[in-house]
Amino acid sequence: MTATDIHRDSPFPHRHLLGIEGLHPHEILGLLDRAEEAVEVSRQVNKRKHVLQGRTQINLFFENSTRTQSSFELAGKRLGADVMNMAVSQSSVKKGETLIDTAATLNAMHPDLLVVRHHAAGAVHLLARKVGCSVVNAGDGPHEHPTQALLDALTIRRHKGKIARLTVAICGDIAHSRVARSNIILLNALGARVRVVAPTTLLPSGIAKMGVEVFSDMREGLKGADIVMMLRLQRERMNGAFVPSVREYYRYFGLDAEKLAFARDDALVMHPGPMNRGVEIDASIADGPQSLIREQVEMGVAVRMAVLEALAANLPNN
Amino acid sequence: MALDTPRPLVLSNARVIDPARELDAPGSIIIADGTILAAGPEAANQGAPYGAEIVDCKGAIACPGLIDMCVSVGEPGAEHRETLASASQAAAAGGVTTICTMPDTDPVIDDPALVDFILRRARDTAIVNVHPLAALTKGLEGNEMTEIGLLKEAGAVAFTNGHKSVKNAQMMRRMMTYARDFDALVIHHTEDPDLAGGVMNSGLNASWKGLSGVPREAEIIMLERDLRLVAMSKGKYHANLISTSDSTEVVRTGKKRGLDITAGVSINHLTHNENDIGAYRTFFKMSPPLRDEDDRQAMIAAVADGTIDIICSNHDPQDVETKRHPWAEAEDGAIGLETLLAAALRLYHSEQVDLVTLLGTMTSGPADRLGLETGRLSKGAPADVTVFDLERPWVLEKSTIRSRSKNSPFEDARFSGRVVQTVVAGRTAYTYS
Repeated sequence: MTATDIHRDSPFPHRHLLGIEGLHPHEILGLLDRAEEAVEVSRQVNKRKHVLQGRTQINLFFENSTRTQSSFELAGKRLGADVMNMAVSQSSVKKGETLIDTAATLNAMHPDLLVVRHHAAGAVHLLARKVGCSVVNAGDGPHEHPTQALLDALTIRRHKGKIARLTVAICGDIAHSRVARSNIILLNALGARVRVVAPTTLLPSGIAKMGVEVFSDMREGLKGADIVMMLRLQRERMNGAFVPSVREYYRYFGLDAEKLAFARDDALVMHPGPMNRGVEIDASIADGPQSLIREQVEMGVAVRMAVLEALAANLPNN
Repeated sequence: MALDTPRPLVLSNARVIDPARELDAPGSIIIADGTILAAGPEAANQGAPYGAEIVDCKGAIACPGLIDMCVSVGEPGAEHRETLASASQAAAAGGVTTICTMPDTDPVIDDPALVDFILRRARDTAIVNVHPLAALTKGLEGNEMTEIGLLKEAGAVAFTNGHKSVKNAQMMRRMMTYARDFDALVIHHTEDPDLAGGVMNSGLNASWKGLSGVPREAEIIMLERDLRLVAMSKGKYHANLISTSDSTEVVRTGKKRGLDITAGVSINHLTHNENDIGAYRTFFKMSPPLRDEDDRQAMIAAVADGTIDIICSNHDPQDVETKRHPWAEAEDGAIGLETLLAAALRLYHSEQVDLVTLLGTMTSGPADRLGLETGRLSKGAPADVTVFDLERPWVLEKSTIRSRSKNSPFEDARFSGRVVQTVVAGRTAYTYS
């Protein structure tokens, strides 16, 4: 981790963080360097900083997510912001209508930071055009999940000391994964070799032009990999629509010891959570010595602190 | 509209283009009693009728009024989006003198009384000609055929299932066979709904945006199926909105085989591609979806070589309530009546399609297909004329849009070519000032 903090004070000239797309490598590295500091802060007894004192952060979640929402909440609080969580249920209101209405309502409350998760790709972009504050994308449909990619990169860099020239295999439901998209962009930006491993029905069209090597045989795809990144397979895709059955998927694409053995001996295993043990990953691997899954959660808070801090620096009166 | 006879009108000093007889020459157009008396060089030497209003066109182009074969109007059922009156105002400003209204209203135009309703509302409120298209199946559900004979008698000029394809091949075959007995034209939206199942053109662009894709094959397969059914039924068929290069090949082959088919394209697919979507701009969401640049170029080439017979606006007014949503949840559709001609002229200015061919796809092309008397400047034809200045530059400003809905993909677009006067049945319906 030597010389990693040269990007610490890189300017972050963006009002919103809507995706990894559009970020320069030095901006990404700048966020990672800031996050390293946040890791230290989070490990102290007194975890409180005051950079967001007096600021209001609203977490607006149109989709349930315990993990991401609590991570953003903690990140905001550790920086001294007033944090409010808003869960918007989809059942009670007509689809979509809530988005603009809620945006207008929230805007009237003068938040400084709005953290948004929505089930539709592009919803966060639409919202960012309608509000006066900074917007952080906490996942918009299958489009992007930038803070997940940043926390993955931070976790990798802390263990491997670098991102460039590592071989990263992203395995599973690439087609419907925002985590995969953000990671493909970020890892390419930082010079990693990215592979995707999945049955072709779970790959988006044009995948070969997305800057990745494509494998539909997991053993081939894991050969020599430094990092094995597993993705969650949604339950509604398991039974015949995209893959025939759970057991067939697990047989060919579930990460177990036998398949992991094809990767490098020091390969590390990641998963954005929540995991389906016995579907995409074997319990012994998920909880085994090569797994970084718990550490990813810790890095999540740090990276989100870094993002909020970087955006706050651009807020008015600062 | 008043029932008295309009004053005779002479459009002098014009460049007269009449695609029906491939005429492009300086001349005049003489109009009396709502019909054309003479048009072209021969008209220049004739005297004006007694009491005629004489307009000096100063060299502007005078051509048959445009016919837009695919226009959605909110009347009945969604008058807040568009009425026949507001659509007709938009049409006149765009040089369109005849609109064919889609049956996908609420209620669906699947009953002769509803065709009659449209015609009467149009007579009372619209300033351009309105010809209803009737539903091909009841409620556009694709299950039961409508009364094709009675609807045609009531005034429906063709039959379509709106922006939905008829999935059931057996139904489609029977309807085409039945329609043939009444010499009725079937207009079809060619997109297999199961295979389509997405919200923008399938490919790299959709993949990066995290949007589900509509593969080009959804259109190609449906079009190929339809042409097999045309061969079986010997019916009259028009593929309403094709969008892929392969579709133009399918149409070319079908025409070579002697099938009674024509093909249409929306102006959007000739002037935009999927990259215009940018950051999820929903005014560019439409069905079929905007494709890639290769497809757009193939569409233009197919217009130039006559494979595509008809350009329409596919005018589809949508308001804030239906458009200001995340991409996947927003409705399809864009307005286009006011910009149809100006946008089409881009193909002339880019030297890809000659003017006579281009104007033919919006005048004699649809007229011939629908069996309308208009769309030409021959003696005795209805005096529907559009006068436009080929080079005059202008910018489409949202505040000037006449449609009740403002969902134009051409907002703030720059055009060369401006309608200066629109004449419908001998009366001036629009003048640019």
